[in-house]
Amino acid sequence: MTDVKCFHSSDPSAWCPGCGNHALLAALKEALAQLDKKPHEVLVCSGIGQAAKTPHYINTNGFNGLHGRALPPAFGAKVANKDLTVIVNTGDGDSYGEGGNHFIHNMRRNVDITHFVHDNMIYGLTKGQASPTTQKKHTTEVQTEGVTLDPVKPLAMAITMGATFVARGFVGEKNQLIELMKAAITHPGYALLDIFQPCVVFNKVNTFQWYKEQTYTLPEDYDSSNKQQALMKAFEWENGIPLGILYKEDKPTYTDQREVLREGPALVNRKLSPERVAEFFNDFR
Amino acid sequence: MDHNLLIGGAAGQGMDTLSSLFERYLMRQGYQVFVSKDYMSRVRGGHNFIQIRFSDQPLTSHRYSLDLIAAMDETTIREHLPRLNPEGYALCDEKLQEEKGQVLGFPLEASAKEAGNPKTFTTAFLGLLVKWYGLDQESIEGMILEAFQDRSPEANLKAYQLGAGLTETRIDLPQASGKDQILINGNEAIALGAIAAGVTFYSAYPMTPSTSIMNYLASKQSEAGIVVEQAEDEIAAINMAIGANFTGIRAMTGTSGGGFSLMTEALGLAGITETPLVVANVQRPGPATGFPTRTEQSDLSFMLTASHGEIPRMITALRNPRESFYQTARAFNLSEKYQIPVILLSDQYLADYSVTTDVFDYSHITIDRYIDEDSEYDHETPYKRYALTENGISPRLIPGKVADQIVLADSDEHDEAGHITESASIRIQMMKKRMGKMELLKDEIEEPWHWGTDQPEVLLLAWGSVAGPLQEALHLLQKEKDFPEVAALVFGDLWPLPVEKLKKLSASAKSIINIEQNYTGQLAKLLRQETGIFCQHSYLKYDGRQMTPEEIVEALKKEVL
Ligand SMILES: Cc1ncc(C[n+]2csc(CCOP(=O)(O)OP(=O)(O)O)c2C)c(N)n1
Ligand code: SF4
Ligand SMILES: [Mg+2]
Repeated sequence: MTDVKCFHSSDPSAWCPGCGNHALLAALKEALAQLDKKPHEVLVCSGIGQAAKTPHYINTNGFNGLHGRALPPAFGAKVANKDLTVIVNTGDGDSYGEGGNHFIHNMRRNVDITHFVHDNMIYGLTKGQASPTTQKKHTTEVQTEGVTLDPVKPLAMAITMGATFVARGFVGEKNQLIELMKAAITHPGYALLDIFQPCVVFNKVNTFQWYKEQTYTLPEDYDSSNKQQALMKAFEWENGIPLGILYKEDKPTYTDQREVLREGPALVNRKLSPERVAEFFNDFR
Repeated sequence: MDHNLLIGGAAGQGMDTLSSLFERYLMRQGYQVFVSKDYMSRVRGGHNFIQIRFSDQPLTSHRYSLDLIAAMDETTIREHLPRLNPEGYALCDEKLQEEKGQVLGFPLEASAKEAGNPKTFTTAFLGLLVKWYGLDQESIEGMILEAFQDRSPEANLKAYQLGAGLTETRIDLPQASGKDQILINGNEAIALGAIAAGVTFYSAYPMTPSTSIMNYLASKQSEAGIVVEQAEDEIAAINMAIGANFTGIRAMTGTSGGGFSLMTEALGLAGITETPLVVANVQRPGPATGFPTRTEQSDLSFMLTASHGEIPRMITALRNPRESFYQTARAFNLSEKYQIPVILLSDQYLADYSVTTDVFDYSHITIDRYIDEDSEYDHETPYKRYALTENGISPRLIPGKVADQIVLADSDEHDEAGHITESASIRIQMMKKRMGKMELLKDEIEEPWHWGTDQPEVLLLAWGSVAGPLQEALHLLQKEKDFPEVAALVFGDLWPLPVEKLKKLSASAKSIINIEQNYTGQLAKLLRQETGIFCQHSYLKYDGRQMTPEEIVEALKKEVL
C-alpha cells in the first residue's frame, strides 16, 4: 500500500467548509493508496465546476479542461497510454448536462476509465442553478417556479447505454465509498460511480441529513449481474435510494477491441519514423 | 499538348470508377494529370462532373475550355457544350444524340448489353476513350481485370473491347516521359503527411470536405499503427486529440468550418494549457451548412481569432497536395516545439483535386518532439508544467513517463505548477509567456511564393489553393502584350504573417490586386491590418466554384487595362 500522504497536494482548497467534496477527496486518496497506485501512474481529468477542481487537490497527474468536456481528454489519454489509470472527477452538471453527449458515447465505447460524478444535484460553482439531477419543484434563482423538467436518472441511463459498471455512493458512507471507488478503478471498462455529495451552500433540499435518510445499502446477496433488476434499482427514488454496485458486467473494453491498441506497447511508448509512410505511396501510383 | 476531358453524369452512374481508372492509366502512360471534381451534395441523381486534364507538361489547375466531353446523360451535354472548343466533340450513347455536329452518339448501352451486363456501360465508355486517344490498349486491360475482380471482370473486359471497337483513333497524342509519379489529392496528402509525422491517433466527426482524411487514415489503421476514432461531435474530437497529445502521442483532428466553429473553445484550451495540437480546417462555403460540397476561402478571418481570449497560434494555408504533405509534417514539429495549436487551412478544391507529382521525399522529414525523458530529468525538484523560462517555453514532461513527477494542465489561468490562480501579476507573466511565442514563431515562418518580376507594376496577392490557377494565369498573361510587368505573391504561412517580400514588392507596384475565393477579401484585410498596405483592386469569387486561369486573366484585364 502506498502512503496516502503521497497524494496530498500543496494547493490550498477553495471548497467551503462542510462541503461533501472534502470527504470524497479523502476517500479517493485512500482508495488509490490501498490500490498501491503511485501518483505518476494516475491521471485525474475534470471539466469545470467545484468538483472539477479535484485535480488540483490531489497529487497525481491532472488535466483540468473545459466545462462539460472532462471525458473526451480522458478518452484521448487512455488511447495514448493504456497503462495509465485514468479517472474523471467532475460534477453532475458537467457530466450529465453540458457533457451529456460525451457521457452517452463513452459508455458505448466501454473505454477503460473511471467516472466519479460528484452529484450535489445543483450547479455549485455558478451559485445554485438547477442541474440535470435537481429534483422537480426545487426552486432556485433561475427556476423561480420550481424545476419543471424531469430529472435525469443517470444510473438508469448508464445501464441502458451499455455501461459495464454502474454504482452509487454517498460521502456519508466513507468506508463503503472507498470500496466502491476501488472496485470502479479496477473494473476493466467504463465505470460510473455517481456519488451523493451535499453542497452545504446552494442545495438546502438535498442535505447531508436528507441523503442519510433517503439512502440504503444494497444487501450482501444482491446480484449485480442482473440487468433487469439493476434497471429497477436505478429507478428507485421516493422509497429509498440504493447505494452500492447496481450493475456490473465483463465486456471487452475499447482497448481490447481495437487491434492497434490491443497488440504491442502503449502508443506513447512506440518508436516512429517518417519512413513508415513509404509503403503507402503505391496506393497512388 | 494540353487536353481537357470532362466526364459528366448523375451520381450513381459509375463515373468515379471510369475516371479513377482512366486518370491512373494516363499517369502510368507517363502523362501529367490534373483531375478536379464537381459534386452535388446528394448520393443519387443530380449533375456531377469530373474534369481530367492531361499533358506532357506539369499542370497546376483545372481550366475552362474543353477538348472532349464524355456525357453519360443529357444534362452534361446541355450544361457543358458551350465550353467545348470548336474542334472538340461530345461523346455519348446513341440515344442522346440529337443533332449531328459536335455531339457524337455510339451504341454504348448496346455494347454493355452485348457484354452481358448493362452495368458495364462505363467500361464500354472507357474503351471508346482509350481508342479515341490511340492509347496503349494492352496495359489498361490488366487494370480493368484488377478493378473489377469482384464485379464480373470478364463482362467488363468484353464491354471495354466492344467500346474500343466503336471508333477510330481521332487524336494523336505525343509520347510522354514516364517518371515515377503519384496521383494524389490534398486530403490524401495531409493523411500521408500525418503518417510520416508519426501520428498514432486521429479523432474526427464526418464533415465534407474533410472526411476523406479520416477515411484514408482509417483504411490504414493496422498497417500504419493508427487509431482512428469517429467522435460523437467535433467538440469531442478536438478534446480527445488534446488529451492524447497531453499524454504524449501525436494526435490530430480535422474538420470543415461548421465543425471548427464547435471546436473553438477547445482551441483556446490547447492555447492556455500549452498542449501541442494540429487541426486541419478544410474549408467550404459557409455560414451554417452553406454549400457542403463546394469550395471557398472564407474562414481565414475566423481562424485568426477563433477562440475567446488571446492565444498564440500558427496558421498555414496549404497550396497544393505536395505541400500539404510536407506542411502537415512540419506542423507537428512546430506545434511541439512551441506547445501551440497549428491550423492547417485547406479547402474543398484542394481537398478533392488530384494531380501528378514526384513521389514525396520523406528523407526531408524529421520527428522532433522536444520532450524531456526520464534520464535527462532532475528528480529532486517537483516538475512545473508552466515553469517560467527565458523564452517562455517550459520543459515538457509526459504524464506517467517520469517516476515521481506529476504533470498538471489547467484551463483556468494558473501558476507555474498548473494550479488555479487569481493573481494579477501571475496573469501578466503567463500572458507574456504564452503570447511571446508569436515573436519566436516569426523566425519559423516562410515567405510567400513569389512569381514574376522583382519590380512589378502590378502585384497580385493570393493564398492557399488559388496558387494553382494563378500560376497558370500568369503564363497566359505573358501572351498579353499590353499587360504591365506583373508579379504574384501567394501566401502559405499566414499567421504570424510574413511581410518581407510583401513590403519589398509593393514598393514599386502601382496597382495591388488581391485574388481570393471569398466575399470580403480576407487576405487583403489581414495585410492592411498588419502592414498598412492597401489593395486597390480585387478579384473575389464566392460562387462555390474555384476560379479558372482564364477567369483570372479576364478579371485582371478588366481591372488593369
Ligand atoms: C462553456 C461554459 N459554460 C458555462 C460555464 C459556467 N459553469 C462553470 S461550472 C458550471 C456548472 C457546474 O455545475 P456542476 O458540474 O454540477 O459542478 P459543481 O460546481 O456543482 O461541483 C457552469 C454552468 C463554463 N465554465 N463554461
Ligand atoms: S458551493 Fe457547494 S459544492 Fe461548492 S464548495 Fe461550497 S459546498 Fe461544496
Ligand atoms: Mg453539481
